[in-house]
Amino acid sequence: MDLLHCDFYTEMRKFYNEILKMNTTALHGAHIKAGAKMVDFFGWNMPINYGSQIEEHHAVRQDAGMFDVSHMTIVDVIGVQAKDYLRYLLANDVEKLQLKGKALYSGMLNEEGGVVDDLIVYHFESTNYRLVVNSATKEKDLNWLNKVAEGFDVSITERDEFAMIAVQGPSAQAKAQSLFSAAQKEAVEGMKPFFGVQAEDLFIATTGYTGEAGYEIMVPVGRAEEFWDQLLAAGVVPCGLGARDTLRLEAGMNLYGQDMNETISPLAANMAWTITWEPTERDFMGRKALEVQKAAGHEKLVGLVMTDKGVLRAGLKVIATTGEGVITSGTFSPTLGYSIAMARVPAGTEIGSTVEVEMRKNLVTVSVVKPSFVRNGKSVL
Amino acid sequence: MSNIPTELRYASTHEWVRSDGDGVFTVGITEHAQDLLGDMVFVDLPDVGDAVTTGDDCAVAESVKAASDIYAPITGEVIEINSQLENSPELVNSDSFGEGWMFKIKADDPTEVEGLMDAESYGTSIADE
Repeated sequence: MDLLHCDFYTEMRKFYNEILKMNTTALHGAHIKAGAKMVDFFGWNMPINYGSQIEEHHAVRQDAGMFDVSHMTIVDVIGVQAKDYLRYLLANDVEKLQLKGKALYSGMLNEEGGVVDDLIVYHFESTNYRLVVNSATKEKDLNWLNKVAEGFDVSITERDEFAMIAVQGPSAQAKAQSLFSAAQKEAVEGMKPFFGVQAEDLFIATTGYTGEAGYEIMVPVGRAEEFWDQLLAAGVVPCGLGARDTLRLEAGMNLYGQDMNETISPLAANMAWTITWEPTERDFMGRKALEVQKAAGHEKLVGLVMTDKGVLRAGLKVIATTGEGVITSGTFSPTLGYSIAMARVPAGTEIGSTVEVEMRKNLVTVSVVKPSFVRNGKSVL
Repeated sequence: MSNIPTELRYASTHEWVRSDGDGVFTVGITEHAQDLLGDMVFVDLPDVGDAVTTGDDCAVAESVKAASDIYAPITGEVIEINSQLENSPELVNSDSFGEGWMFKIKADDPTEVEGLMDAESYGTSIADE
């Protein structure tokens, strides 16, 4: 990419943002060039698909696809009390992170035990961590991070000089590696899932939101479009938010704002595994509320499967023998060929039972399963 | 821009109607409509022999994104349905005015079709959306 083009493009992007009051990522031009259908995603102008979201979905399950996730917020937490701060901020315990680069998924809770956001935290040192939080909740998250930081010796810095590209699928790592320098290849050699490493100008992490292997790569904004184009040339298929949603739902991964929010406990959102109760002397934000909920009983998030024609949709009412629930996310699963959903239902609703869903004035019987449907290209039902 | 064949008639709800002669009309949804809906995953068609009245919801096009009712653009009897859509709903995306047709109606009053929009009016109506 020549500098002139880069400067021109940056100016155009500012102009565009100003007019539409909408944020664009450093890859906006690449999306337009690829014929993307763009939509407003919480104030960000993002690609929903580049033609067919189902074909994009299959590309990730069968080969390699890439997503622009530059709208997500990267925050560095640095300081002598960085670890103490994160042990208080998060329901999961960063004390578990002993190896350099190891990542952890956690909810960030409010005092009532509701989920302010979910995030990934990378550990570099006990004084140096990196968080990746959702874009839709950016302002709220930054306010919350700063508020909870009062009294801790930490600095909280947003890193908006990076674009972020998720490369996902069975061939994703090999295809992405074809772009890496010798040093970068060496840095990712043998890297296990859920690690991240800074290698020259790239931060490369073995994380994702699809249920496939791959990388999430932070790349300096100025090099983002060139990097994207090189991935394209390596045969990686551009994928939009549409495919991202069907992939994450098949993988049983929650979407903030849909499957949980500030009024929903992680206990009711299939996130109990992200709460670290031991050691009991560790106090964390929301702990007391969670202890009360745990003792009193709470709703739970399950998977639903409907092999009949039709598509389960978010917001539909679920009727179980134990009471009523609601579908939090639902879609057609391109991998399975029928509809799947996640639903928040009363505590007694058992995996393996059936419930009824109110669809277009009819009651349809569907199966209750664990909220995970597809992993590494295959059904786990 | 979306393709809008001039030989067809259009309902404001994005159905197209093609005259096959003898008062028989083929009905589908427009390229613009399929673009709004995205990848089609199921199409629920009426039964052959159903009597439909203009404005009746007589079919459902379900995409990954949303379920959308298809309305009868004219009054008459359903005499044929596109059974290919059962296994290949994506034809509605790839060839909305051709192989993605949905059903055929024998009109009670073939002149009713003249009350539908022509290509130009339909083009204007979707430009205003």
